[in-house]
Amino acid sequence: MPTATYADAVVAVNDEGFFTEPDEWTPDMAAEIARQVGIDELTDRHWQVITFMRKEYTEKGTGPTVRVLGKTSGVSIKELYQLFPKGPAKLAAKIAGIPKPRGCI
Amino acid sequence: MDERIVILGAGTGGTLTANRLRRARSDVEITVVDQDDDHIYQPGLLFIPFGLAHTEDLVRSRPRQLHPGIVYHRCAVDRVDIDHDRVHLIDGTELDYDVLVIATGATLQPEETEGLTGPGWRQGVHTFYDLPGATALHTALEAFDGGRLVVNVVDMPIKCPVAPLEFCFLADWYFRERGIRERVRLTYATPLDGAFTKPVASHALAGLLAEKGIELVTEFNTGEVDGAAGRLTSFDERVLDFDLAVVVPLHGGARYVGDSPGLGDALNFVPTDPHTLQSGARPNIFAIGDAASIPTSKAGSVTHFEGDVLVTNIIRFLNGQPLDATFDGHTNCFIESGFGKALLIDFNYDTEPLPGHFPGPVGLPLLKQSRLNHLGKLMFAWLYWHALLPGRDLPGVAADMPHAGKHVPETVGT
Repeated sequence: MPTATYADAVVAVNDEGFFTEPDEWTPDMAAEIARQVGIDELTDRHWQVITFMRKEYTEKGTGPTVRVLGKTSGVSIKELYQLFPKGPAKLAAKIAGIPKPRGCI
Repeated sequence: MDERIVILGAGTGGTLTANRLRRARSDVEITVVDQDDDHIYQPGLLFIPFGLAHTEDLVRSRPRQLHPGIVYHRCAVDRVDIDHDRVHLIDGTELDYDVLVIATGATLQPEETEGLTGPGWRQGVHTFYDLPGATALHTALEAFDGGRLVVNVVDMPIKCPVAPLEFCFLADWYFRERGIRERVRLTYATPLDGAFTKPVASHALAGLLAEKGIELVTEFNTGEVDGAAGRLTSFDERVLDFDLAVVVPLHGGARYVGDSPGLGDALNFVPTDPHTLQSGARPNIFAIGDAASIPTSKAGSVTHFEGDVLVTNIIRFLNGQPLDATFDGHTNCFIESGFGKALLIDFNYDTEPLPGHFPGPVGLPLLKQSRLNHLGKLMFAWLYWHALLPGRDLPGVAADMPHAGKHVPETVGT
């Protein structure tokens, strides 16, 4: 099982870099992960989404899709793509330390 | 007094559940509700644009598929009061229930994508996911004699995730038959990061797309459709120009679910236990088919396999017994690939689509094109009306996904 190091702690990740143990995540790690995926600064809006992602994961067992994020996180889809360019659901999940959203089959 | 089971929806799930229940218990009152009387064989919609099926072949009366002794209301649902165990229909009728089954499926929501139903809708921009759409697309395809055809899935979940791929394969065949294939550029644009969600099948299907000269564009999340200019624009500003667009719109659950506090989720689907089919709303509410939010495909085969467990659990619930948590997410889909051939995929919650044969070591080939599969798909229509809907098991096919006959590959290419 691959690992990564954030905030001087070793965490378990899958081969795409998503956390496999969300409990190993701490907020300090978010900025470091974000920089790695090309986001230099996490604003309050970013944090609103990150917090929402972890809450969804805890309640539903998976992170939400972009469409559900747009409907229920308080951040519109357009803004989500500005905050997390290219793939907001996946990017925010990575930064929030939760597994890749199961999406739909 | 007999216990009252109310089933909302007289499509695949509602019909087979009502019929199975009727045969299993003669002492419960079963009421089925639907807003219209037209039961459509949805797998046939894919064939209408290519002239391979016609409306008359696909539509039958909803109440005529129900066994005698089942009450049928033809009326739209206004809302469900889950605290008082009561369904309100829009004509004022109130239906009290001891057990409620949500079987109202998924609805298309094209108006949720900017511009999709604007200029060009039904002219240069189409969907085959409903009867009017499939019929209009038939007219458009007949008149299409060259240019770029883009097939696009706006976002998941959708009914029958393989149907857009089947459309691409059939389009390739169709234009070759017409002798104009080299004048047509076929593109499949998907929000997924591959041709399918599971690695082995994704690899096989991507290979088939490449073989047929169909361009694959991945991670495309459509934000806007401009039917006049012929352009799809993604949320991250990527652009696909088209001469003809075949779009699978966003899907949601039935509208009344959103008007029934506590019943559904943000998309109006009903959160449902993946193994017992009991809803998360109330213990006496169950869901089946496309209306349920569970981690497998929205497909008729899933609905059929769910029927067995659902009816067992309704009866157990009425008897105060613990529920049977045995639905395994079994899904079985033919994938029409043109030229009289089709593939077959068979999977469940734990096992992705794998090569081999179904339902055992001797059977229909999995993940491989074969004429036998194509015949299977065609014959399935008969089985749908005569076995599946009446609530019978299919010969040789158990509800659980069979492991026999499947090959787990050593490595998967990328």
